[in-house]
Order: sequence, then structure tokens, then C-alpha cells
Amino acid sequence: MARAVTTRRKALNTLIAWSIGLLIFFPILWTILTSFKTEAQAINDPPLFLFFDWTLENYAVVQERSDYMRFLWNSVIIAGGSTVIGILIAVPAAWSMAFVPSKRTKDILLWMLSTKMLPAVGVLYPIYLLFIELGLLDTRVGLTIVLMLINLPIIVWMLYTYFKEIPGEILEAARMDGAALKEEILYILTPMAVPGIASTLLLNIILAWNEAFWTLNLTAAKAAPLTAFIASYSSPEGLFYAKLSAASTMAIAPILILGWFSQKQLVRGLTFGAVK
Amino acid sequence: MATQHSRSAARIMMAPAVVLLLGWMLIPLTMTLYFSFKKYLPLRGGDLGWVGFDNYVRFVSSSAFWPSVQTTLIIVGGVLLITVILGVLLAILLDQPLWGQGIVRILVIAPFFVMPTVSALVWKNMFMDPVNGLFAHLWKFFGAQPVEWLSDAPLFSIIMIVSWQWLPFATLILLTAIQSLDSEQLEASEMDGAPPLSRFGYIILPHLSRAITIVVLIQTIFLLAVFAEIFVTTQGSFGTRTLTYLIFQRVLESQNVGLGSAGGVYAIILANIVAIFLMRIVGKNLDS
Amino acid sequence: MAFHTRALLGACAVAALCAPATAETLTIATVNNGDMIRMQGLTQDFTDKTGHTVEWVTLEENVLRQRVTQDIAAKGGQFDIMTIGMYETPIWGKQDWLVALDDLPDSYDTDDILPAMRGGLSVDGTLYAAPFYGESSMIMYRTDLMEKAGLEMPDAPTWEFVADAARKMTDKDNEIYGICLRGKAGWGENMAFLTATGNSFGTRWFDEDWKPQFDSPQWKETLTFYIDLLNEAGPPGASTNGFNENLSLFQQGKCGMWIDATVAASFVTNPDDSTVADKVGFALAPDTGLGKRGNWLWAWALAIPAGTQKEAAAKEFIEWATSKEYLDLVASKEGWANVPPGTRTSLYENPEYAKIPFAKMTLDSINSADPTNPTVDPVPYIGVQFVAIPEFAGIATQVGQEFSAALAGQQTVDEALAKAQALTAEEMEAAGY
Repeated sequence: MARAVTTRRKALNTLIAWSIGLLIFFPILWTILTSFKTEAQAINDPPLFLFFDWTLENYAVVQERSDYMRFLWNSVIIAGGSTVIGILIAVPAAWSMAFVPSKRTKDILLWMLSTKMLPAVGVLYPIYLLFIELGLLDTRVGLTIVLMLINLPIIVWMLYTYFKEIPGEILEAARMDGAALKEEILYILTPMAVPGIASTLLLNIILAWNEAFWTLNLTAAKAAPLTAFIASYSSPEGLFYAKLSAASTMAIAPILILGWFSQKQLVRGLTFGAVK
Repeated sequence: MATQHSRSAARIMMAPAVVLLLGWMLIPLTMTLYFSFKKYLPLRGGDLGWVGFDNYVRFVSSSAFWPSVQTTLIIVGGVLLITVILGVLLAILLDQPLWGQGIVRILVIAPFFVMPTVSALVWKNMFMDPVNGLFAHLWKFFGAQPVEWLSDAPLFSIIMIVSWQWLPFATLILLTAIQSLDSEQLEASEMDGAPPLSRFGYIILPHLSRAITIVVLIQTIFLLAVFAEIFVTTQGSFGTRTLTYLIFQRVLESQNVGLGSAGGVYAIILANIVAIFLMRIVGKNLDS
Repeated sequence: MAFHTRALLGACAVAALCAPATAETLTIATVNNGDMIRMQGLTQDFTDKTGHTVEWVTLEENVLRQRVTQDIAAKGGQFDIMTIGMYETPIWGKQDWLVALDDLPDSYDTDDILPAMRGGLSVDGTLYAAPFYGESSMIMYRTDLMEKAGLEMPDAPTWEFVADAARKMTDKDNEIYGICLRGKAGWGENMAFLTATGNSFGTRWFDEDWKPQFDSPQWKETLTFYIDLLNEAGPPGASTNGFNENLSLFQQGKCGMWIDATVAASFVTNPDDSTVADKVGFALAPDTGLGKRGNWLWAWALAIPAGTQKEAAAKEFIEWATSKEYLDLVASKEGWANVPPGTRTSLYENPEYAKIPFAKMTLDSINSADPTNPTVDPVPYIGVQFVAIPEFAGIATQVGQEFSAALAGQQTVDEALAKAQALTAEEMEAAGY
């Protein structure tokens, strides 16, 4: 009896959850579907869902017009590079905040977060002039640095909250055994921190990948990532839903696939200390 | 407890992050402050001298200023409200036993991976277009007059687009928090015959308060900077001009760097008011 | 390190002396419309001829403007060639931010460029940007729907006729809207249309003392006419429709008339994209009998920012892209209908090109626009659908937002005009007029 109720409830839950999940996912699905239609089919009335002549033509057109691989490669380098450098800088900082807290630790942490509130448009002109001065315009190095700085507070914060959850007793036990600071980090903390670092890494790759203000305003041809790629498809002449969909799919596919494959790792550390 | 030795080591370890962020904050801030006291018009020859507080007065006294602050707060508040409420409900739902949980979770988090520009373009053209958009087809199917989303309900439309992007984030954090809830406690209350609603009110919600604060804090930081969604959809028309967008218009469209910089300083002040307010709450929660 | 750099520089200098035609890589910022994309496809021809290669930065119009303006104002030097319009060219040229194009070879035949285009892209007689394509605006209408409404479109109609025809052609149940006009806010969107239309109603942006004129009865008449017309005979969501949205509607057969850029003629008559390709007629933009028509003048042109290291190669590119030979090249590959229009006299003298149905109307429209004398009453500025001062883009975009909101029914015509007047006065004061 009880079992039957559970099964029925489970079925109901499943039905509701799947409907909502599909509803939320639908815009992406619709974009992907539209990218395989012709322009005329894309605006067909009534809309065509699955039964149309699937074509790869839009992808061919987009690839012919812009060198997708170059944009993709720039995105990979900039998003990946800024995240890795950010983590290298943030790990020691977060570690010391979590394990050697002082009275000011919390203030420093909150101050770091507050630097993220600097409105980007307000400081575009100063940064632009600075970039000209330093020869960093349209370079991957320049963008990597900026994105690293933008995301550093989030990285520190995430790592800090994660490190804090590592029980202090383990450390004390290790200290009693006479482990040096270096060993303490290397053999005890690192293995425990890996899930948190992995999740931080993933979240920040996503944030850097999707950053669309600095990446657009500080690049021209050489360092332009996928956000600039999409800016050339936003409203060309005439019918463009299918081409827009193809370009959109190409812009989001890599990060979507990465996100899906690593969602377990992403979710595990994405707590920001919310769980206690 | 910590030794002097480890304290100084800790300070050294913190130094790179602190120094970098200090530089990232101070250099642009100083330059922005510097420009904000100048008449600086790049298209009219650049630096035209010091003007004191003229830019600050002009920016605030412009008829666009207060509406833009209001719009900013409505967008941030609206998105927070929607994502937190739907996020809690969705998290509770996903926490129930169901088939294909992993796949549903993948579907739900997907919007978070979509760049803001792409999501704005897709929503604007393929859903909200009053002639060819899917919503228009849907409305017509039910015999209704299609809604002109971006002109008739512009703020709502933008809030909807942004909420769609941030709902996954809220859901994920809240889901992790719910999963950490002691299931024995819940079952005990179920046995006691507590109705679902009071179970939600007395056990789940208090347990989630910390997670909700975190969601609010992190999202606010990003929402104050919302730009692409407005640039692509309404370009600030129909009362969708946020403070960020107003500054963008001053700096880039009018090329008035002095005025825009003064606006930037106001935006920093606004952001910090919001930040102090939020951090009070978060700070309290972090202590507990 | 320093030594290496100097050695390299030395080598470059010597190489430059020995062989002036070193192969360069040019970075060109351009807009993502059909003609420009076609040019990108043909770049190989340029590379074959000169050895230079090209890196394209193709951006949507608004993003492009923002990027190139930012770059030239801050002297960022990211681009060797920028695609700019008739609005930017005189302002930037006057500031010496652009390389003067006064030493192009005879074979380029500068005199062949249409006088209206040449005038709009020059400062004191010196050309600062070479037109890649030029346009005016005109009426494109559906011949079948016009006939069904029992009307005949004159070559030079009045606004009264157009309004009447639009109302008669409208059939909202079948999604036929009598007239599609720009409503999306922006100085290059609804304000381009409204400023040009206003000219035919006797409006002006400023009087001779640079006082804003939105409190004039003419502006009220213009705006009321426009909003009433679109409400009764326009498509839904008109206040968010720009050039692209209207083009798409027209191609789907949902517009009876459309007053917009002459370049659209080749898109609406192209059977690959347009469902109404064989049913389109053309007429001059309307007037009200005051002596000015509501058509604008615009060119997308290629300019070289001053200070680029690759000036010589950049000039070679501009010579190639805006030459007569380029027009022939496009014609041989894609047909005459796809040649970038509106730049050269010789194109309109070409008998092959004269067969194109919209060729004559395009030329007539271009010739009937006069940027130096755009309005009924005298004005202190140059420009038909814009005012060639640096502040205009910012002001007009905000005014456009007020007008767009009025079109959407969120405020009255009077409120929109009062706000437009106030904000224009405010900005002009800030700019020091």
C-alpha cells in the first residue's frame, strides 16, 4: 500500500519535474532545432517542430563568413587562462583566510567582493587608455588579465567557503604528528580541496566564457572570442533566424557540453558556504 | 592559537590577491574620479579643463537619473524575487524521488551556460517578436491578440530573460542546501503529522535562509551590471534604462567622458549602499 | 631585448626602402550587412592583386559604431580601415582624425563619384572617406495590393496620398499592414526616418541660433501624423521595428508600403529571399508641397584613421573596394542587381545596370536630397536625417526613445515633444552652445 503511494507520487513528481525541465530548456532546444531549418522554414506559420527538411546549410554559411575556430580558440585560451591564473592566486589567499583567520578576514573578504561592484561601463574609458598605454588592446594577455581580476573575488570567496568546511581537527592532528606547513598543504588539504577547486574552476570558466562587455570592447581581430563572433550575427539584413540560431548554437555548444559533462563536479562545490 | 609564524605566512599568501584587487580597484577608480571633475569630450578635442562638481550636479539633475535608479532596483529586485521563489520550489521538487533526476537537472541548469547576448537575441527574435515569435503563434493559436512584449511589457520581458538565465544558479545552490537537510528531522515531523506547509515554513525555509542570502548576494553583484540584455532588446527605451545603461549612453553614445565618469561614481555609491545592506545580512549569517 | 627590437625595426626600415610593397595584414572594421559580407567573400581578389591580407572585424551596426568611435576618440589604433557613415566623416575629418583621400590615382577617377556622396564625405572639398555604397530613402510598395485598393501610385506622391493608400491597403485579419515604418529608437533608426520626414513637414532640429525646435507646431504635426498612421495601418510592435525587422516583414508580404533605404530594393526584389519579389514598385519619398521630400542621404564609406602604420596598404584596399573594377567584379559573380549601389555616376550610365527596376528611382532619390540645405527654414547645420555635430548621436537616440515610447502609447505626443525639447536643450547647453 505504502509502496504504491510512493510509486504514484514518484510518477507525479517525475511528470512535473520533466515538464518544468523541458520548459526551461525549451529556448535552447528551439534554437538548436531552428539552426537546422531554412530561413523560410524558420518563420513558418504554424511553427515547424521536427518535421522539416533538416539542413546544415546555415552552419556552412556561418563558417564561410567567419573563422569559427579562431574565435573558439580565443575563448578557450582567455576563459581557461584567466581561470587558472585566478585560482593559482586565490588558493593561497583563501587557504590562509580559512585556516589562519584574523579579525579582519571577513572584512577583507567582503571588500574583495565589493570590487566586483565597480560598474564596467563607468571605467571603460580609463581602462581603454591604460590598455593603449600598455599595448594590451586586442591581445589575449590583456583580456586574460582583466577577466582574471573580475572573477578573482568570486574565486577567493568560493574557495574560502569550501576550505572552511574542511574540519580543523584533521589539521591539528597532522600538526601534532609534526607535519610542516608545506606537507600540511600538500598531503592533507589539497586532496580534500580538489572538489572545491574543480567546481570553482568550472564556474569561473563559464563566467569568463560568457563575459560580453570587456571581451567585446577591448578586442578587434586577433583576440576576439565567441562573444564578438555573435555580435556579427545579431541583426543582418533580411531573414536571419536560422543563421542566428546556427551562430548561437556554435557559440554556446562548447560550454554547454563542458557544463553537462562536469555538472556533478560543478554542483558539488557550488555551495558558497550555503550548506552548514 | 595560530602561531606568529603562521600569521606572517598567511599574510604573504594573501598578498598577491589583495594587492592585485587593490590595484584593480584603485587605478580605475582614481582615473574615474579624475575624469569626473573634468570637462572631457573626446569628440570636441578631449580635455577641456577642470569643472569642479558640474558633472555630478548635471548627472543627478538630469531627468533620466532617478527613473534609471528606480529601473535598476526594479530589475534587480524582480529577478531576485523570481529566481529565489521559483528556485526554492524547483529545488524542493528536484529533491523528491523521481526518475531521470540527473537528466532533469541537466535540463534545468542549461540556461546558465548561455551567454547573455545569445539569450537576449534568442528571446527577442524567436520568442517575443510580435509577428514571427513563438509567443505570437501561441497567442494566435488560442485566438488572442499577440502581445508586443518589448514595448508593452518591457521591464517584465527583461526581468523574464534575466531570470531565465539566473534561475539555474539559484536552484543549484538551494538544491545543495536542501539535500544537506537532515532527512530524519523531516521524517520525524512528517510522522508527527505536521502538514506540508508548516513543515516547509518551520524546517525547510529556516534551513535555507543561509543559502538564500548567498544567492541574493552573488546574484545582486551580477544583476547590477546587467547590460547585454538591455542593449540587445530595447536599447534603454520604454523605461528600461538602468543606471549602468545611462552611463553607457553618456560615455559611449554621447562621448561625454566627464559626465559618464560622474555617473560611474554614483553607480559605485549605489552599488556600495546595496552591498553594505547585503553584507550586513550575509556577515551575520557567516558568523552563525 | 631592446637590441632585438631595434634590429628588427632597422630591418623593417631597410625592407620598406627596398621594397615599398611589403605584404601587410590590414584590420578592417565593418558592418554586417549584405554588401559588406559580399566584399569579405571577394577579399581573395584583393590579396591576389596586392599581396596584402585582410582581417575582418564584422559587427552589428550599433556595436560597430560604439567600437570605432571609442577607438578613434581614444586613439587606440586597433583598425587600419573603419567603415563609417556620412555622419561621422565630416566630424572626424575636421578633427584630422582621418587620412585625407586626396591623392588617389587618376585611374580611380574620383570625379566619377556621385556629387551628393562626395560632398557628404568631404570637409572643405577634401575627401576623407570613400563611399562603398550610397543610399537615399524611397517608397517600396506592393503593386498588387495597390491595384486591389483601386489606387495608382504616382512617381512623386504626397503624404496625404500615402496615408490614404496605407489605410485602404490594410487588412489586419490577413496580416497585411498598409505601411511599415521605423519605430525602433535610435538616431540611425526611427530618428533617421523622422528627421527626414520632418523636413518635408517643415520641421528642423535647431534654428539658426542652435535653439531646439521640438516645441514647434510642425514637429507636433509630424509626430501626430506618424503615430496615427502607424497605429491605424502599421504592423504590431511597430515601436520596436527597425530596418531589419521591416525588411523581414516586407519580404514575407506583410507590408503594403515601406519607406526606407534604397538599398533594400535589391533585397525585396530578390526571389531567393522575398516572397513578393515580382510585385514591388518604387516611388520617391512623399512630400507635403513645401518643397522638401522626406528622403535622406547616407553612405557607408571606408576611411583610414590617422596614425595607422599601414596607410599605403590601407589606401590600396580602399582603391580596390570602391573602384569601378570592383563593381564589375561583383556584377560578373553575382549579377548587376547585387552591385553596391549609389556611389558612381558611371554605374548609372551603364546600360546593363539601367535594366535594374530600381536603378533610376534610387538615383533620383539620391539626387533629390541636399545635405547642405535640408530643411524648409534655414538651419545652421549640415545633414538631412542627422545634424553633423558630435553630440547629435547621443541626443537623437534619447529623443528617439521618447518618440518610440509615444508610438507605443506610453505617453502622448505632447509629452514626448516636451521631453525631447528639454533633453536636447540640456545636452546642447552641456556641450557649450
